[in-house]
Amino acid sequence: MMGVESVPRYWRERRYRYRLIGSECKKCRKRYYPPRKVCLNCGSRELVEVKLAETGKVISYTVIRVLPREFQGLEPYVIALIELDDGTRLLSQLTDVDPEEVSTGIRVVATFRRIKEQSKDGIIEYGIKFKPI
Amino acid sequence: MRKVFVIGTGLTKIGEHWDRSLRDLITEAILAAVDDAAVEVKNIEAIYIGNMSSGYLQGQEHLGSLVATWLGIPGVAACKIEAACASGGAAFHQAYLAVASGQYDCVIASGVEKMTDAVTSDVTSALIMADDQEYVAYTGATFVGLNALVYRHYMEKYGVKQEKIAAFSVHCHKYAKYNPYAQFRREVTLEEVLRSPMIADPIHLLEAAPIGDGAAAVMLCSEDFLNKLKLEKKVEVIASTLATDAFSLYDREDITTLRATRIAAEKAYRMAKVSPKDIDVLEVHDAFSILGVIHLEDLGFAKKGEGWKLVEEGELEVDGSIPTNLFGGLKARGHPVGATGIYQIVEVAWQLQGKASKCQVDNAELGLAQSVGGVGGTVVINILKRVR
Repeated sequence: MMGVESVPRYWRERRYRYRLIGSECKKCRKRYYPPRKVCLNCGSRELVEVKLAETGKVISYTVIRVLPREFQGLEPYVIALIELDDGTRLLSQLTDVDPEEVSTGIRVVATFRRIKEQSKDGIIEYGIKFKPI
Repeated sequence: MRKVFVIGTGLTKIGEHWDRSLRDLITEAILAAVDDAAVEVKNIEAIYIGNMSSGYLQGQEHLGSLVATWLGIPGVAACKIEAACASGGAAFHQAYLAVASGQYDCVIASGVEKMTDAVTSDVTSALIMADDQEYVAYTGATFVGLNALVYRHYMEKYGVKQEKIAAFSVHCHKYAKYNPYAQFRREVTLEEVLRSPMIADPIHLLEAAPIGDGAAAVMLCSEDFLNKLKLEKKVEVIASTLATDAFSLYDREDITTLRATRIAAEKAYRMAKVSPKDIDVLEVHDAFSILGVIHLEDLGFAKKGEGWKLVEEGELEVDGSIPTNLFGGLKARGHPVGATGIYQIVEVAWQLQGKASKCQVDNAELGLAQSVGGVGGTVVINILKRVR
């Protein structure tokens, strides 16, 4: 975790990160990840938590070759902007794929993975990555 | 609102200042601006300091009191302004408002970033703090990576080849060689740019602004102050606007346009009562080659998907229709993050005063500077005018 190491900061996000839970606006039906309290589309405050679609497609992607300290040793890895089948957009790392095999438009599915460690003695952080279908 | 004038400028060279601290750099730049304005340090009533990462990279916050003390004027109003890479532009915006409102007559807008105190991996961590820490940085995305997502999508959406976009870097380096304050005073060829190592595909090293240290300052004042001290009117600030956009790319319908640029520019053109065709010199925030191209479109100088044509057709040159980044831009002048927005203001002010030496645009009357934070989460637009 960048900035100070923190267990509560990681812990409080766990359900959204582990289970891909976002929010949906009751008025205009737009979905968001990460979840929030105010709809960016219509301004409504009536948003409810919702389990998001686990499959989607790659809108754009990049291969990260120069990386932050806490991801050192994992390069190169792919980061993608993904549009889920319910229209929600999010950023994720792609896994189980050679960077050379990625292209725009490929179908992907969510998978639960180890993300990183806070430090040598810190907690291990988990979350969702996506892999090609 | 009162009229606001720029009466003094001060810069440090951008580079790897191993022997100099953040406070050394900012003090030098502000004192240079005070001397250039031919006033006294004691005339300063307020100081705004644009800076993004002093807390992370130096372990130092509370820059307002620090800088006031190092200038020998504790008691003055002073604080840090942070808006990621737009911190410098935002500091100028605040300084403008402070004078325009009537609260202060003489203020400093400044910026500083001391990046080489840290290794590259820590600078990479610092820069991604401009975006969503919990749901973007957490994935392992870097700031360069986010711009790479924009770059690839732009090429695919508009069917533009990479060499057309990478040419923006070549343009900036061509002019930086005349700028004594620039980090890289040498030309590069398109082949060198495209052969340079990949940082985050498709962004090559030579398509990205470098890591460097620098500080810049300008002195702003009211008409009353100029008259009282019998100072010459030089440059007037005729518009200063700031706009935000959805924080992260995941919330944007179209990632190839920076909506904050469009909002801030539209307001600025209206405030200054000018249109893009009236602008004689332009400074855009080309943190990456693709951003330079996109900014030309969002500022109203080209249609979407066609900004690269202005580079190819020579329109950005000193004798082109919209001379752009004639001091080297972020790519070659350098990008000491929180200071960059102020470097741009200084460069525009020099053009309007005929002080741009070999890069001087004939009879430059109006100049626009665009300062961008994050991947367009914040954009500041300032329009300056020569006073005759």
